[in-house]
Amino acid sequence: MITIHHYLILSALLFCLGLVGLVVRKNLLIMFMCLEVLLNAVNLTLIALARYFRVMDGQVVAFFVMAVAAVEAAIGLGILINVFRTRQSVKTTDLTALQG
Amino acid sequence: MSQLLPILIFPLLGALFNGFVAMRQSQGKGFVGKSLTSIVACLMPALAFLFSLKVFFSLLAHPEITQISAAGLMEWMRAGTLLVNFGFVVDHQSALMLLVITGVGSLIHLYSTGYMHEDEAYARYMAYLNLFLFFMLILVMGDSLPVMFIGWEGVGLCSYLLIGFWFTDADKAKAGKKAFVVNRVGDLAFLTAMFLIFVTLSKDATEASELLSFASLRTNAEALKPAAGLITLCLFLGATGKSAQIPLYVWLPDAMAGPTPVSALIHAATMVTAGIFMIAKLSFLFVMAPAVMHLIATIGLATALMAALIGLTQYDIKKVLAYSTVSQLGFMFLALGVGGFNAAMFHVMTHAFFKACLFLGAGSVIHGMHHEQDIRRMGGLWHRMPTTAVTFLLATLAISGFPLTAGFFSKDEILYLVYASDLSKLYYGLAVLTAGITAFYMMRLFAYAFLGASRAAHPEHIHESPRVMTVPLIILAGFSLVGGFMGVPHVLGHSLGIENWLAHWLASLGQVTPHEVAGPLQEGALMVISTVWALSCSAAAYFIYRNKLNAAANLKVRLAPLYRLITNKFYIDEIYDALIIKPVKRVSDLVLYRNIDVRLIDGLAVNGVGAVTRLLGNGFSLFQSGVVGHYLFYFLIGLCLFLGYMVMG
Repeated sequence: MITIHHYLILSALLFCLGLVGLVVRKNLLIMFMCLEVLLNAVNLTLIALARYFRVMDGQVVAFFVMAVAAVEAAIGLGILINVFRTRQSVKTTDLTALQG
Repeated sequence: MSQLLPILIFPLLGALFNGFVAMRQSQGKGFVGKSLTSIVACLMPALAFLFSLKVFFSLLAHPEITQISAAGLMEWMRAGTLLVNFGFVVDHQSALMLLVITGVGSLIHLYSTGYMHEDEAYARYMAYLNLFLFFMLILVMGDSLPVMFIGWEGVGLCSYLLIGFWFTDADKAKAGKKAFVVNRVGDLAFLTAMFLIFVTLSKDATEASELLSFASLRTNAEALKPAAGLITLCLFLGATGKSAQIPLYVWLPDAMAGPTPVSALIHAATMVTAGIFMIAKLSFLFVMAPAVMHLIATIGLATALMAALIGLTQYDIKKVLAYSTVSQLGFMFLALGVGGFNAAMFHVMTHAFFKACLFLGAGSVIHGMHHEQDIRRMGGLWHRMPTTAVTFLLATLAISGFPLTAGFFSKDEILYLVYASDLSKLYYGLAVLTAGITAFYMMRLFAYAFLGASRAAHPEHIHESPRVMTVPLIILAGFSLVGGFMGVPHVLGHSLGIENWLAHWLASLGQVTPHEVAGPLQEGALMVISTVWALSCSAAAYFIYRNKLNAAANLKVRLAPLYRLITNKFYIDEIYDALIIKPVKRVSDLVLYRNIDVRLIDGLAVNGVGAVTRLLGNGFSLFQSGVVGHYLFYFLIGLCLFLGYMVMG
């Protein structure tokens, strides 16, 4: 039997995976994917809890998150392409113009 | 109210107008010609004089009115029990001063149009002179000590500006600075006196009132009695600064660096008498402190004698007159010290006439001789500058105490009061001696400059001054002759049927009753003694310096050590330099500058703050790597801490 606990543990694992990937990876594209993993981990939590509590609000919020994620991906990838065009790199260690 | 304000406003308008013109000219923009500047500069004091006359005559016509006041024009400051309003009041004493200031002032403005005509900064000069008149009028008209202090400081400022008028000459600029700094010492004492008065009076005060107005001082005189000694001592110290007495007289001889009409107006006739005016005005405080009165008399006499001795040896025509002024001011303080407040005011007035005349005469000589001030290169000016010579002679006779001239009456009254006071007879003896020395050095100056053969390089170039300069001379010489008749002493007045108008007029000042009232015979005898003594000194100087300059030179050689002491002004400047100026400079340099300023303020405070900030900034900037991942990492740590706090806390 798959209980709510399994869902929540899975989403927590996914979230941590995303966070670790975000912090340790240097390639912006990979970091971007990690961001998606983070969002979907949250989505999983929302849907699991919505089902568990028998309320629809969580599912509605999940749709919103997907929509926002789509928009964010479109803009983010656009920026990424432009960054690559101008700097010939999407590694964060190469993009340190804001160093203090 | 409407009577008093015009007196103040006209000189201020003149100063503003001429100041504006001077500013335009300094920017290279012509605005108005010299003639308009002259007209404004002379008209404004003249108008002030007319209004002063009006005030004077309305006081004269209504003996029941003791003062005309314009009190409480505006609130100046209010704090706790302190309330100071702008207000003006003219009593009998102030009315006399108003006449002297605006009257002599107008004449000197007129004279200046001739004397300063060639000067580039003519408008600036006139602006300062008008401004001086404005502040001097505030000084004598202020109805409280703080308002008087505005004038007191203002005239100091104008004195500084005018002494250093030719400021491109470093020595002259320095002389101005010296006057300013020395005056600050006296001003500090004046301020302290005001604080003391306020502290003493505000003890019982419950609500804000004008504690520092003269009216309040008069009514609260009893309450001030316990502190009277200290208060009057401070006031007197303030007066020694402005009125050039020991120990603060040193600025006045140097003040001769200014244009000569300035010396006549500020450093002889008006500003330097402010200290005497103030003490006479506050006479009700001073009579409560006999020890301070004694000190005033002693300082006055010492100053009079010392300055007269120095005056004997000077060769600069203006320096002789400067020391003479210091000496005469000493006489006035001597009069104040023995309680002769109206005698002091009398001498202030007569001195204003003859000393202004002498200074203007000296200015005329300097003008006619193309900026020559050394009397050793003068001589024989009698024929070349007849008007100047005659007026100078009349003023010389007046200051020497020639019978029936102005100085005769005023000086004789002072000598008589000194004799009749309970001071020792030594004071009287020294005062008479000083009067003799005065007569001697004045006649020496006159004979040196105007008699004998000419010692100038080009005597044919010497010319008499224009009319605008000689007319004021003639008027002032006239007053030097007859100005004394307003205060004819009792012994003469009784037989001539003239009452002592001035003593009557200034009765409110009060006078300490002489300890030992001398009979008319004794008074007459004293008068004869001092007059004969002064005249014989005068005659001696006349015969020596008219054509026997060798005799004077012999005397100089025979008394060489004494002469050296006197001609070096008793080394007072050198002593001050060694005792005060050098130590102050050393302390300033070694302690204040090198340690406090450079190390503490610059090193620790200013650069220290900068260094700490930079160090912290450098440290924290290590976190700003510019790598997005690092920022995310910090963010994560922060988030963990925050969540941890939420869960645990």
